Amino acid sequence: MADLGTATRALPLAGFHGGSSTVRLEAAPPAERISLRVRAEDVAALSGALGVDLPVKPKTSASANGRTALWLGPDEWLMIDESGTGIGNGLMQAAQNSGALHSAADVSHRNTAILVSGTGADKAINAGCPQDLSLKEFPVGACSRTIFGKVEIVLLRTAEDAFRVEVWRSFSDYAFGLLSEGARDAAVGK
Amino acid sequence: MLLIHCPYCEEDRSELEFRWAGEAHIARPENIAAITDEEFAEYFFLRNNEKGLTYERWRHIHGCGRFFNAARDTVSDRFLMTYKAGLPKQPIPTAEETAAIAEEKTVETWEATEGDAR
Repeated sequence: MADLGTATRALPLAGFHGGSSTVRLEAAPPAERISLRVRAEDVAALSGALGVDLPVKPKTSASANGRTALWLGPDEWLMIDESGTGIGNGLMQAAQNSGALHSAADVSHRNTAILVSGTGADKAINAGCPQDLSLKEFPVGACSRTIFGKVEIVLLRTAEDAFRVEVWRSFSDYAFGLLSEGARDAAVGK
Repeated sequence: MLLIHCPYCEEDRSELEFRWAGEAHIARPENIAAITDEEFAEYFFLRNNEKGLTYERWRHIHGCGRFFNAARDTVSDRFLMTYKAGLPKQPIPTAEETAAIAEEKTVETWEATEGDAR
């Protein structure tokens, strides 16, 4: 009767898989995330402390050392750290070490992510998202908070045919379901 | 799909990402404790609800999250312009500029090009 008292944390989408002939859907591994608010004059200090230059241009992201900073608003970023094996508090600690005025909230467990890849990935997401996902308007590295069906998501293009969909964990079941529908439609309309 | 220009994202986005947030350019009285009930009601409850050109606050809630101001025609539902919050009331584009905007944004619908209403 060993280890009965040891709880293991399950991802909200653990075991989910889906897609179609042109789209692959999978749950992203656990990652550390913070929601970061910084005034313009303190952006440089936070960039230095986090090791990533916080992007200041709308709809852009920056990556370094497994960390990605996504521009959400003029003073708002989502930081994702995929370098660790578990979820620690490295991002919170790094932000604190900056010594500059900021607001950081650990949202590692609030969000989960779905990786959408394949030639029909953009079509699958467009099943519920009104944004123009052509490479011209939404190039690799572009990111945006937007709407997907009934839920809010943060969308990041990681490659020409791959996206990361960040979604609140309680909405993840819905998001995955709608993506599955979109994936099926993308394969039909090919 | 109605597109709204967000002055912070510097891009046209779907109306689905936005929320209406009431009339714009309503200044809070500086001496709010001293004003009469009628003056407070005027400031707090009463809105012009104009037909035609109105100045409104909108929020890009499912985008950058920012509030901004927009000049909108409530009859045609056309956005004449949007500008950042905190700026004074902006002059409306002239008729030629508005026509140019309309020209640029006209979408060819099936009804206009193929249907009986042509």
